[in-house]
Amino acid sequence: MRVWVPLDAAAKALGADDVAKALAQDFEVTRNGTRGMVWLEPLVEVERDGIRYGYGPIEVDDVLGLIEALRDGTDHPLALGPVDELPWMKAQKRLTFARVGVIDPLSVAEYEANGGFAGLRRAIALGPDAIVEEVTRSGLRGRGGAGFPTGIKWKTVAGAKADQKYIVCNADEGDSGSFADRMLMEGDPLTLIEGMAIAGIAVGATRGYCYIRSEYPDSIRLMEEGIKLARQTGMLGASVLGSGHAFDMEVRVGAGAYVCGEETSLLNSLEGKRGTVRAKPPIPALEGFLGKPTVVNNLISLGTIPWILAHGGAEYAKLGIGRSTGTIPIQIAGNVKHGGLFEAAFGLTLGQIINEIGGGTASGRPVKAAQVGGPLGAYIPAQDFDVPFGYEELAGRNGLLGHAGITVFDDSADMLKLARFAMEFCAVESCGKCTPCRIGSVRGVETIDRIASGDADAIPVLEDLCNTMKWGSLCALGGFAPFPVLSALTHFPDEFSGRGAPRKEAAE
Amino acid sequence: MTTAAISADFSERLAAIIDIHKDREGPLLPILHDLQAEWGYIPEEAQPQIAAALGLTRAEVHGVVSFYHDFRDHPSGRHVLRLCRAEACQSMGADALADQVRAAFGIDFHETTPDGRLTLEAVFCLGLCACGPSAQIGEKVIGRASLPKLQKLVAEAGA
Repeated sequence: MRVWVPLDAAAKALGADDVAKALAQDFEVTRNGTRGMVWLEPLVEVERDGIRYGYGPIEVDDVLGLIEALRDGTDHPLALGPVDELPWMKAQKRLTFARVGVIDPLSVAEYEANGGFAGLRRAIALGPDAIVEEVTRSGLRGRGGAGFPTGIKWKTVAGAKADQKYIVCNADEGDSGSFADRMLMEGDPLTLIEGMAIAGIAVGATRGYCYIRSEYPDSIRLMEEGIKLARQTGMLGASVLGSGHAFDMEVRVGAGAYVCGEETSLLNSLEGKRGTVRAKPPIPALEGFLGKPTVVNNLISLGTIPWILAHGGAEYAKLGIGRSTGTIPIQIAGNVKHGGLFEAAFGLTLGQIINEIGGGTASGRPVKAAQVGGPLGAYIPAQDFDVPFGYEELAGRNGLLGHAGITVFDDSADMLKLARFAMEFCAVESCGKCTPCRIGSVRGVETIDRIASGDADAIPVLEDLCNTMKWGSLCALGGFAPFPVLSALTHFPDEFSGRGAPRKEAAE
Repeated sequence: MTTAAISADFSERLAAIIDIHKDREGPLLPILHDLQAEWGYIPEEAQPQIAAALGLTRAEVHGVVSFYHDFRDHPSGRHVLRLCRAEACQSMGADALADQVRAAFGIDFHETTPDGRLTLEAVFCLGLCACGPSAQIGEKVIGRASLPKLQKLVAEAGA
C-alpha cells in the first residue's frame, strides 16, 4: 500500500516529518507536494484501487490509530474520502499546479506520466518565433503583479542582438500572504525548469538563474535536486532534448532583502551588488543581467509556460475575464478557516474566495477586510468584496492583484496599526536609492504616530505624502506602499480621526 | 578603521571558498553565504581578501554585506529563533506572541540570551501564511506557533 505525506514546508511546519517517519515503519511512504489545503495538513493519502484517499489533519499521535485502520480496513475519524472528490479540489482549474501534490516532485517518470515534457517537446517542434506567438496568444501576464504581457517581453528579448542572453526566474516571493512560488518549487520543480528551458529556446538564451529567497530552504533544496535530474534527462544541457538548443540554469539564493523581488534590484543582487533599484530605461529585456538582454519573469509565469505550449495559447486564453486571461493561483491566508492555494480562472469575486472557498475567518469573528497583493496591496473592506479577481478589476477599486495572495483580517484588526506597519516595512526594506521611498516612509511612520496621538491635522499631510511617494518613487516599493495606507484611511476613517480622546483621558 | 590580523588558517579557508565561486557570474553573494555558513557571521577581516580576489574595493564589499539582512557582523547565539512579523501572521496574533516570547526568554529582537544560547530575530514571511503565526528554529519551521510550542522546541534544541 502506497502512502503519501507532503514534504511542503507548510506541511512540515504542522508536523509532517514526524508523521512520515512514524508511517515509514509500516508503509512505503512517498513525500509529495501539498494539495494546497493547508488546514488539512499534514494530509496523509493512501492509494487503494488507483484512488487516493485522504486523512487529515494527522498529528503524530494519530498515526498508530491510522495504521490500525488502514490494516483492518476500518473507518478512521479523520478520513476525508477520495481527495480528488473534495469540494476544494473539484472546484479548481489546476493547470499550473496540476501535478503539485499528485506526484513525487523528484520522479521524472511520474512527471512525464502526468504530462511533463509535452510543452517542451512541442516548443522544440514549433521553433522560437512560434513559441513567442503561442505565449502572446495565451494573453499570459506577469504573475508577480506588474501584469506585463509575457509574450511582448519575450519578443523584445528575442529580437535583441547579443552574444549572450539570460532567463532569470524571480522566486523572491517576499509578499506576506503569498506562497504559490514556494508550493510549486517544492511540489513540482521540473515544471519551472521546463518553463525556463522553453523561454531559453524562444529568445535564444542559453543560461538561466532562479533567484530564490533564503527564507525558503526547502525550495532551494528541491530546485537544486530538480536541476540535477533535468540535466540527467536532457531537459537541460548542451542540446535540450536533442534539439540542438543549449540551455542550463542554476539556483541563486537571496539574502533577506524584500526589495530584491523588484526585477532590477534582483539583477543587481544576482551580479553580487547591493540590491538597489535601477532606473528604467534601459529595460532589462535589452540591458539586464550583466548588461545583456534578459527575460525576468515571475516564477508562476514561467511555471505556466509548459501548459500553454502543450495545450496551446488559445486554449489558455479561453479562461478568465477581460484582459486577465487564464488561471491564477489564489493564496488564501491570514485569519481564514480554510487557508491554502486555490487555482481558478480569473473572475471569482473576492467574497466568493474569502467567504465561500475560505469559509470566513479562523477566529469565527466577522471578516473586516482583506489585504490583496502583499504588503503593498490595498486593504479591501468587506463591503467591497463584490470585486472580481482580475488585474483591471482590482485596480478599478484602487487595489492591486500583486502575487494573488489574500490576507484576511477579522474585526479585531487595528487599521491604523496596519497602516503604520506598511510605512515601517517600507522604511526597513527601502533600498535607499530614491528619496520619496527612503525618506517618505520614515516620515510616514512619524505622521501616522501624530495621527495616533490625536493630531487630526496630520491626516492631510499623510495623504499628501502618500501622493508624493506614489508618483515620485523609482519602483513599486515606495510607489505602492501608499496603497495599504490610503485604503485603510479611506475605508476606516474613524480609526484615524479622534484617536486622541481616549488617550487624553488615560493621561489625566 | 583597523582590521585585526587574520590567522593563516582562516585566510586559507577563505581563499578556498573564494576559489569555488570566483569564476561564476556574480560570485559575491554565494561567497558570503558560504562564509556565513562556516563562521556564523561575516568577519570584517574577511572583507579585504574578498575585495582583492574579486577586484572590488573594500567599500563595495562592505556595502553589500551591510545591505542584506541575512549577513551578520557578529555571531548569533547557538540557536536562532525567528518569528514572522508580517501581515498574515499579525492577523493570527503574531504581535501578542512576540510579546510573550520576549518576556519568556528575556530578550528583545536582535538580542541574544546572556548564556549565548538563543538569539531572537524577526522575519518577514516564511511563506507559511495559511498556518500562522509562524516561526523557525534553525532549519525547523513551525506553523500555528504558540509560546508553549516554541518553549518546548527551544528546550529540545539542546545546549
